[in-house]
Amino acid sequence: MTRMEKRIFKTTWSRYLLNTLATAALITVLMVLVDTKQINKYNQGLLIQIGFNIILAVSLNLSAGFLGQLPLGHAGFMSVGAYTAALFTKGVNLPQSVAFPLGVLVGAFVAFLFGILIGLPALRLKGDYLAIITLGFSEIIRVIIQNLDFTGGAAGLRKIPKYTTVGWTIFWVVVTLFLICTLIKSRHGRAILSIREDEIAAEASGVSTTYYKVTTFALSAAFAGVAGALYAHYMRILDPAYFDFMKSAEILVMVVLGGMGSIIGSVFAATVLTLLPEWLRDLAALPFFTTLPAWVGKVIENRMIIYALILVLVMIFKPSGLFGRYDFSLGKELDRVFRGIRRLLGLDKRSGKPSKGGEN
Amino acid sequence: MAFLSHLIYGLQLGTIYALVALGYSMVYGIIRLINFAHGDIIMVASFVVWYLIARLNVPVWLSILICVAFTSLLGVAIEKLAYKPLRHSARISLLITAIGISFFLQNAAQLIFGADPVMFENLFPGNLSLGALTVSRVSVIIICVSIVLMIALVLLVNKTRMGRAMRAVSEDESTAALMGINVNTTISFAFALGSALAAVAAILYSCAYTQISPTMGGMLGLKAFVAAVLGGIGSIPGAMLGGILIGICETLTKAYISSSFADAIVFGILIVVLIIRPSGLLGVKTKEKV
Amino acid sequence: MKKRFACLFLALMLAFGAAASAESVKVGLIAPLTGEVAVYGNAVKEAVQLYIDDFNAADHPFDINLIIYDDKGDPTEAMNAYNKLVYQDDIAVLLGPVTSSPTFGVAEASVDDGIPALTPTATHPDVTTYGNNFFRACFEDPFQGGSMAKFASSELKATTAAIIYNNADTYSIGLRDAFMKTAEEVGLTVTTTEAYGASDIDFRAQLTNIIKTNPDVLFIPYYYNVTYMICSQARELGYTGTFLGVDGTDGVLAIEGADVSVFDGMYFANHYSADSDSPVTQAFIKEYTDKYGATPNALAALGYDGAMIVCDALERVNNDGVKIDGESSYEAIIEALRATEVDGVTGHITFDENNNPIKTLSIIQIKDGAYHFYMNY
Repeated sequence: MTRMEKRIFKTTWSRYLLNTLATAALITVLMVLVDTKQINKYNQGLLIQIGFNIILAVSLNLSAGFLGQLPLGHAGFMSVGAYTAALFTKGVNLPQSVAFPLGVLVGAFVAFLFGILIGLPALRLKGDYLAIITLGFSEIIRVIIQNLDFTGGAAGLRKIPKYTTVGWTIFWVVVTLFLICTLIKSRHGRAILSIREDEIAAEASGVSTTYYKVTTFALSAAFAGVAGALYAHYMRILDPAYFDFMKSAEILVMVVLGGMGSIIGSVFAATVLTLLPEWLRDLAALPFFTTLPAWVGKVIENRMIIYALILVLVMIFKPSGLFGRYDFSLGKELDRVFRGIRRLLGLDKRSGKPSKGGEN
Repeated sequence: MAFLSHLIYGLQLGTIYALVALGYSMVYGIIRLINFAHGDIIMVASFVVWYLIARLNVPVWLSILICVAFTSLLGVAIEKLAYKPLRHSARISLLITAIGISFFLQNAAQLIFGADPVMFENLFPGNLSLGALTVSRVSVIIICVSIVLMIALVLLVNKTRMGRAMRAVSEDESTAALMGINVNTTISFAFALGSALAAVAAILYSCAYTQISPTMGGMLGLKAFVAAVLGGIGSIPGAMLGGILIGICETLTKAYISSSFADAIVFGILIVVLIIRPSGLLGVKTKEKV
Repeated sequence: MKKRFACLFLALMLAFGAAASAESVKVGLIAPLTGEVAVYGNAVKEAVQLYIDDFNAADHPFDINLIIYDDKGDPTEAMNAYNKLVYQDDIAVLLGPVTSSPTFGVAEASVDDGIPALTPTATHPDVTTYGNNFFRACFEDPFQGGSMAKFASSELKATTAAIIYNNADTYSIGLRDAFMKTAEEVGLTVTTTEAYGASDIDFRAQLTNIIKTNPDVLFIPYYYNVTYMICSQARELGYTGTFLGVDGTDGVLAIEGADVSVFDGMYFANHYSADSDSPVTQAFIKEYTDKYGATPNALAALGYDGAMIVCDALERVNNDGVKIDGESSYEAIIEALRATEVDGVTGHITFDENNNPIKTLSIIQIKDGAYHFYMNY
């Protein structure tokens, strides 16, 4: 018996099958809970927010963590997707089941185009300059939206139909995670990672760095557009002031906390940071805290001060974030569990030894 | 006549941008960090001097001295606590830390002083007449003080021992250390100097615009950064030139084109400069080494 | 588990029978208590709290249990607060939000749920257009902006006016539009309109352009801190005309360290006048000043009236014998709100068919560093 044979989920199709089944099971459980009103609308709202925050964090991670180019204007792409999708669903006269997915796709596509348009000049720069130039672009997008008539100007775009449901949100989260994970594991993904590790070496090895940088950047923008579209049809009002630098920084906090280059890290951080303000609200209302001086409650309820501390402390003590570059694979984890069971049953005496290589 | 007065307001705004831009330039020149918190250091300085004058009734000259000293210490403290542990890690980590510090200062100030803006009493009220043109006294003081400070700074960097040390560290940190330069002290000195300039800029700014708020540092800092990049980051005359150009550009845009797009135009300038001439107007081009 | 405890608790209460008479009705309040617009939210919160405390202290068939959530002025947070109030806390009626952009989102959501809601302070005309469940306690922007134009023309005999407004703000833009529309109708020439951005503090470029056209009046539709800077910079540049303000101007004289002489001769529209001899107004001002140590601004007055309108409606619903209990009493409370007729701090309030209050607007003049009631409109 060789090591490889003991892995049940070694083939690509078996892993796909496993992941599909697990995802389907998760969705079914959530949908049943929603349908039977076990999850009330307040918690549904939080689920939807977790959903679009996951998409935002994972998409920023694609460009910051995997490509190694840090943009500071993710909220700009989100706003492009949000406005395009909202204007589309408001403008067309189609049934919801057609208009919404189409609207999200249109939003993503336009955000993708903006990604290319901005990425082409911006990606000629590196590091902090890239960060600043993307920040500049997103500020310009915001000012333009604020001054256009068809976007509703500073008053914002209103009366957007309420299409975003828990079901749709889960659907788009799954699509995003699937596409980004597949991309990272593909040949193209390895090209992207090679740019992160050493751009000059990648170029010398024949990787078209400009092509990969711009495409990855634009894909990251497109997914931000998807999140924007979900946001628009959840909130039903778009206020251009919402998509400012603070919003971009919030998304960055999620990516940094989870770990740049870890998808599961982004998912985890997006979930925790979405729920955090709600927990803090409850915490500050506890009898214990109400007896403390008022400023304690204020500090606790101030989300931004806690985000700021997270950023600085994570950078100083664990610059790789909570998860580093670790990523979760259901197949691998299950294999480990099965191996553990076998060992317990005494079926396998060798696998206690750690193995090198052959894991991917 | 209106054009001339627009030009003077532009110059006044521009010299303040220039003072702030110098802070960015010095820090960037020495450790290649965009000190995102610089704008918020200005905010803290404004609140300190306001608190001393308006609440504690400290004499103005003493308040200014205390404010400059406090702000320099704050700059050094931030460098020691937050930036020093990361000096040899990825540059992106440093940038993210700087963003974190900026948020922290902003929100802490909001907690302590409230979100409402605070009025600042103009320490130099009144107008001066220059021929047919009336200029406020504070404008003249701002422009004069800024020019004097910049000349002093150029002399300091080019003629003194410390200035030489700063240039050496900026050129190559490890070689500078081998030549007997205390790198840590030099970097701290650069932060102290940048923050002291920020304090002066904060006092002048508060006098000219009479209102300070916890969020005032954000836009001011960004625009000053744009000025530093435009002039060529790391170059002192560049920061002055960039600041004055941005200030005049912004004021003239507001006056003659559209005040709605003034911020967009400032960022537009940044983008064009970064794409066409990333080293700025007076900067030196650097090649990436393999 | 929770339910079992509740049952046990109820049984205990019934057994002792003493406290059972004080039934409690849940009222939710969404307001920005932290963040950049916290000043407005806290004013509303303090006034609402003041009214509810008095209500609970007096003899009533039920007590009000006020649940306050902070929206930080952020539409997403406001939505979470709203969902929590409606679906988790089962409130009977909603007060708020306070600022405009959170209000739009909440107003749209509230229509689907049919929950009775009243914003004390959102002056944008569209707020009450989503459904028949959403009310407001303040007048609308078009009325306010239009009245100021009419006032300038008929009372001040002005022929030319200029406007300086914040083009990143709905409130400011709405008032500009209303002022311009009425100005055209009454023959007041608008010489120029100049815009500024959200974070601007230097208005000299715009003001120089305005002064060039030498308008009789300068309309400044924004909040007090920016208004102060605009007024002082305009005087510094030698403008001699009259300043016109809006309800956001209220509070200018309370700015710490401000030179109030720049406001001399300014007129602004307000929801109420502290000079009013109405006993409700005087009692409110006294009580508020005693409790919080500061004179109430217009937002506080509106918050107080909002709480009064809601409590009055709840009382009438209770008198009609309807049990106030979450969703089942929504319709009855909406009906009661529509039939509102109370004497509030900001005047006698009834609602029109669009759920907007029918009431007057006070024009206040600033003279010698004090507010003086000038006239009603």
